[in-house]
Amino acid sequence: MSTSSESKHPALADHFIDLKQQYDSAQLGMWSFLLTEVMMFGGLFMCYIVARSQFLEAFVDASHHLSIGLGGFNTIVLIVSSLTMAMAVHSASEGHQKKTFKFLLGTLFLGAVFLGVKYIEYSAKIEHNNIPGDNFEWHGVANPANVELFFGLYFVMTGLHAAHMIIGGGLLIWLMVLNHKGRFSKEFSTPVELVGLYWHFVDIVWIFLFPLLYLIGRHSA
Amino acid sequence: MSEAVPLKIYYRIFSALMVLTAITVGIAFVDLGYLNTFVAVSIAVLKATLVLLFFMHVKYSNRLIWVFASAGFIWFIIMVAFTMSDYVGRTWVEAPIPLP
Amino acid sequence: MSNDTSSPKVNYLNNDYSIKSWLLTVDHKRIAILYLIAISFFFLVGGLMAVLFRFELATPQGDLVSAETYNKLFTMHGMVMVFFFLIPSVPAVLGNFLLPLMIGAKDVAFPRLNLASWYIYMLGGTLTIFAAISGGIDTGWTFYTPYSSTYANTAVVTAGIAVFITGFSSILTGLNFLVTIHKLRAPGLTWSRLPLFVWAHYATSIIMLLGTPVLAITVALLAVERGLGFGIFDPNLGGDPVLFQHLFWFYSHPAVYIMILPSMGVISEIVAAFCRKRVFGYTFVAASSLAIAVIGFFVWGHHLFLSSQSVFAGMVFSFLSYIVAVPSAIKVFNWTATMFRGSISWETPMLYVLGFIGLFSIGGLTGLFLANLAVDVHLHDTYFVVAHFHYVMVGGVIMGYMGGLHYYWPKITGRMYNEFWAKISFLLIFVGFNLTFLPQFVLGQLGMPRRYYFYDAEWQTLNVLSSAGASVLGIGYLLPVIYFLYSLKNGKIASQNPWGAKGLEWEVADTPPDPHNFHEIPVVTEEAYAYAKEAH
Repeated sequence: MSTSSESKHPALADHFIDLKQQYDSAQLGMWSFLLTEVMMFGGLFMCYIVARSQFLEAFVDASHHLSIGLGGFNTIVLIVSSLTMAMAVHSASEGHQKKTFKFLLGTLFLGAVFLGVKYIEYSAKIEHNNIPGDNFEWHGVANPANVELFFGLYFVMTGLHAAHMIIGGGLLIWLMVLNHKGRFSKEFSTPVELVGLYWHFVDIVWIFLFPLLYLIGRHSA
Repeated sequence: MSEAVPLKIYYRIFSALMVLTAITVGIAFVDLGYLNTFVAVSIAVLKATLVLLFFMHVKYSNRLIWVFASAGFIWFIIMVAFTMSDYVGRTWVEAPIPLP
Repeated sequence: MSNDTSSPKVNYLNNDYSIKSWLLTVDHKRIAILYLIAISFFFLVGGLMAVLFRFELATPQGDLVSAETYNKLFTMHGMVMVFFFLIPSVPAVLGNFLLPLMIGAKDVAFPRLNLASWYIYMLGGTLTIFAAISGGIDTGWTFYTPYSSTYANTAVVTAGIAVFITGFSSILTGLNFLVTIHKLRAPGLTWSRLPLFVWAHYATSIIMLLGTPVLAITVALLAVERGLGFGIFDPNLGGDPVLFQHLFWFYSHPAVYIMILPSMGVISEIVAAFCRKRVFGYTFVAASSLAIAVIGFFVWGHHLFLSSQSVFAGMVFSFLSYIVAVPSAIKVFNWTATMFRGSISWETPMLYVLGFIGLFSIGGLTGLFLANLAVDVHLHDTYFVVAHFHYVMVGGVIMGYMGGLHYYWPKITGRMYNEFWAKISFLLIFVGFNLTFLPQFVLGQLGMPRRYYFYDAEWQTLNVLSSAGASVLGIGYLLPVIYFLYSLKNGKIASQNPWGAKGLEWEVADTPPDPHNFHEIPVVTEEAYAYAKEAH
């Protein structure tokens, strides 16, 4: 704990002793937040496990009507975006303003692509009346009621995930503004790092969603 | 602020994630019986671990971050284990008298 | 570290009087005051509803309100009290105020999030009031499906959104505390020197972080199900109402520990200060907080014994529910042992400690009855359950909260409350409380179900006793409002450390504290509650 007699860094808040303490707190805070996110998605995965353990047949049938092409493409998009995000964090911590901007923009672009593909998928489902509710239709082999349950979970899980992507996009834009103002340097790039953690977490959620929603019992098709 | 990770590692992890994605799609089309789910989830866990350790720098962080990074997953497993003890256990023990 | 008071010093209350300086404050002490005002309001709302339906229950027939109104009253009472009073009570008011002071920090780690948490709370509260006005809600505070998702004709979605939103205020508080305790402790303040109040809040924060998001997603799913018919809890589609109960209680049982743990922390502080002794078995009391936080997550299934949960899971949960009583018992024994041969002084906070120990013991021990699979078949959803959790919630949580409020009132306001009236008020609360809820144990054992509008005429005597007790209790809670408010202008000016207590918050920080808490960052050199040397 050094008593800072040297001039105070502009990013250092009053109630912290030094940048290190501030950084440690921010980092731990972000991880605590991610903990709550894990439990929030955890509740949904819990529902998924209970339903799937009972209605595997319906889940297989419904899963076959999701597009592996689009889902797989989106998986790749997200992994690439995770790489660009990691590179953005790296560049920001090295103090490369231009590089940081490029990688942030790239990440934002990939996030937009993901959401665009999601939009295409959702529209197809809406067109086929696969939205749970009074107008739900199903012409597959399995019990339509249980398939409806699958699609309920599908929309809630991917919907919550997409909401996180949209928030992530907002955060990226905010970072680009800060970056443009030259706020990041070798000493201070905490916001980029924290948003990076968030972005990677959202990627992790998709890493689980993809096999659990798109790849159930594919071999039996 | 945390020590910089060599970019080389990022590229390697990225390639590993891509390969694992391909494997998980490919193996879904092979009939392994109930092992299909097991393999799919295992690969997902592996991928998530790679992202956590390297992209999210957990490998280079202090013990506290390790605890926080794993606590959520442990707690999720606790939630699943106890809830499933209800669903799975429904046939295990018969109530002496039928419950209302 | 001496503090000789001369002229009126600058403190967090008098440094700026403008309304803006309150509503946009990032000072944890002022946010605590904002919370105090808001929480008191909701306590009043919830209390009034309780008084109303207790009057209704004075007679076996329905006469005061209609059956529908009665359902809405007890639902709102539960919802307001649980989500808007009990959960934030000690952490958001006393915790917010004291945590940074106790650990020698200038503020919590994220002051702006702290303020945001208050605004989120207010938003959730406003929505709840709105739900109450726009049709009310009659599902019981537990929102059980399928009634809530399919059949209820009341403002379930609004109430669900309100709970969802309020959850985030709780998450932000927990997150803030956790990081603050980890990263902002003063030099020398090691984990083994932390006041037990801080340990209790640490354990509470863990539950808030791990549990609350599950509740949030559960009520969100309920709203989605009700609004759009997604079917996750709907048996028609293969969904499962019992799953809702699992998810709901995964949070809501640990939530009981969110409520009680901070109060236990308060009790530890007061018992040490008023017995002039180090808390007996400090390590065990600290560790038992963590044990409660962890084991508290493994017991939720005891709410589902009669909900078609498997007998196997029932046995597991029953066993674990017995286990979780152990750390609570450790605390009670250790407080009692602290009093042994202590030089006890009998000011109001100490009375609340005694009240807490006695009533919480009854509440905890009756919990064991309910954790027993066979006994629970008889007692489930009767007034026995109602009495049990009110002994824990009111007899435990609110006793601790009131004790803490009296103990820290001089610190918060710089004024002393009136000791005489405070004792009268304690007496009314204690007597009124027991008169209200002891008869309910009997009623439950006789088989009177909870949440019923009509009841058998033979139970009237006990119900009248209970209703009479509720009025006494109500007066007991109104008194502090009067003498606390009176003390703000007319109370005796508090000295720096009126109780002669140990701890940074009393010994180093001014009374009331400086806007920045400490003039220089304190260095801690001794363990918590180092009273022993003087006492013997």
